[in-house]
Amino acid sequence: MSLLEIKHIKKSFGDLEVLKDISLKVDEGEVLAIIGPSGSGKSTLLRLATMLETADSGSIVYAGLPDAVTATKAQKQQIRKYFGLVFQNFNLFPHRSVIQNIMDAPVRIQKKDPEQARSEAMALLKKMGLEGKANEYPQQLSGGQQQRVSIARALALNPKILFFDEPTSALDPELTGEILKVIKNLAAEHMTMVIVTHEMNFARNVADHIIFMDKGVIAIEGTPEHVFNSDNARMKEFLGKLGD
Amino acid sequence: MDIGTITQKLLEGSVVSLEIFAVTLVGALILGLLLCFVRMSRFMILRIIAKIYISIMRGTPLMLQLFVVYFGPYYLFHIELSPSYKLIAVFIGFVLNYAAYFAEIYRSGIEGIPEGQYEAATILGYSKVQTFRYIIMPQVFKRIIPPVTNETITLIKDTSLAFTLAVAEMFTIAKQVAAADRTVTAFVIAGVIYYIFNLLVAGAFAKLEKKMSYYK
Repeated sequence: MSLLEIKHIKKSFGDLEVLKDISLKVDEGEVLAIIGPSGSGKSTLLRLATMLETADSGSIVYAGLPDAVTATKAQKQQIRKYFGLVFQNFNLFPHRSVIQNIMDAPVRIQKKDPEQARSEAMALLKKMGLEGKANEYPQQLSGGQQQRVSIARALALNPKILFFDEPTSALDPELTGEILKVIKNLAAEHMTMVIVTHEMNFARNVADHIIFMDKGVIAIEGTPEHVFNSDNARMKEFLGKLGD
Repeated sequence: MDIGTITQKLLEGSVVSLEIFAVTLVGALILGLLLCFVRMSRFMILRIIAKIYISIMRGTPLMLQLFVVYFGPYYLFHIELSPSYKLIAVFIGFVLNYAAYFAEIYRSGIEGIPEGQYEAATILGYSKVQTFRYIIMPQVFKRIIPPVTNETITLIKDTSLAFTLAVAEMFTIAKQVAAADRTVTAFVIAGVIYYIFNLLVAGAFAKLEKKMSYYK
C-alpha cells in the first residue's frame, strides 16, 4: 500500500527551475533513499513533501488525506500529523532539556497525558542509547547525540513516514556511523522512511528503493543493484566523483 | 541645609523618579512588543508606519517629545488639562519614546532566531502562536537581556528629564535645593543615589542573565 504519492510536481525559485516534473511513490515499510549531486533538487523535494515549501503544480497525497499542494491551513495541520522530519542541523530547541524537547509536542499538540508522554520519551531515549541524557540541554551533547534526540523527538509523535534531510551531513565521519545505525535499526522495525543522503554505501545497504536525481529530474531509480550498476552516464560520473 | 535633610528631600523625590522608571519600563516593554509586531507585519503600510514612528522617536530629543505630549493637547486642540496632567504627560512621553527602542531590541532578538527553529516547530505541529509563545519568545527573552539592561540604565538617568515639566522627581528637587542652599551638595548626593540605583538594577539584570545561562 502506498503511504505517499507524489505526481508531476514542479518547483521554481525565480527563474531557476529546481524540480521539473517529479513523480514518486512511497510504500508502507519501504526505505527510499534519494541521492544526487548538490543542487539536483533532492532537498527541495523533501521540503515540498513536508510542506515547508509549496509546489508550483502537481499533487502530493498522503494516504487518505487531502492533496498537500492545495491544502488549506487546517488541512495542512492535519497532514503534518502523518509524517516526521529529521533535519540536517537537528534544530533542537536549545532552551528545553532533552526530555522536554521530545515530550513537549506530544503533550502540547497531541494533548497526551504528561506522565505517559514522559515514559514514552524515556523509552525512546533508551532506544537511542541516551537514557542518561534526559535532563541535559542540547548544546551539552555531541552532534551525533543531538541528532539521535531529534530522531526521538520525531518518533514521539508516531509518524507513519519519517523523512531525513541529509541527517549526517553536519556530523564528523566518526559520529555519522551512530546515526546510520539508528536508521538501520528503524528499517529493521519496518519504519517507512525517505532519506536524502550523501552516504552511498549506506543508501545501497539500507534502502529498498533508490532515486538518483540530477538537474531537477529523476535520472534513474530502482533497486540499489539496478541504480548502482546502471549505465546511466550521470550516475556513473557522480559515483566516479565520489570515488576520487 | 545639612546633608541629612538634603538626602531626605532627595529620597522623597526619588519615589517619583522610581514611579516614572517603573511605569516606563513596564509600559514600554509591552508597547514595544506590540510595536515590534507592527514593524514586522506582513502588510507593508503597517511596517512603514512603524518604521517612521521609531525613526522619529529615536531621532528627536526626549525632552522635546515631553513638551509635545504636555503642551500638544492645549495648542493643538485647546484642551485645558489640570496640573496633575504633568506626571501623566511624563509617563506617556517616556513610554512612547522607550517603546521605540524596545521594539528594535525585540526585532533584532526575533530576527536572530534561526529559521530552523520555526521549521522544526511547524513540522511538530505547533501553530504560529504556539511557536512564538513556546519556542521563539523564550529564546528572544534571553537574547535581549543585555540590550534591555543598557536601555534600563539609560532610563534611570533619563527620568531626570522630567524636571523640564517641573515634576517633583529627584533631579527637580536637587535643583531647587541647590539653588536655595547655594551649594552643589544636592547634586552630588543625587548623583550618588542615581548611581546606587543603577548598581542595583544592573545587578538584578546580571542575576537574570546568569539564571538564563543554563543554555547557549
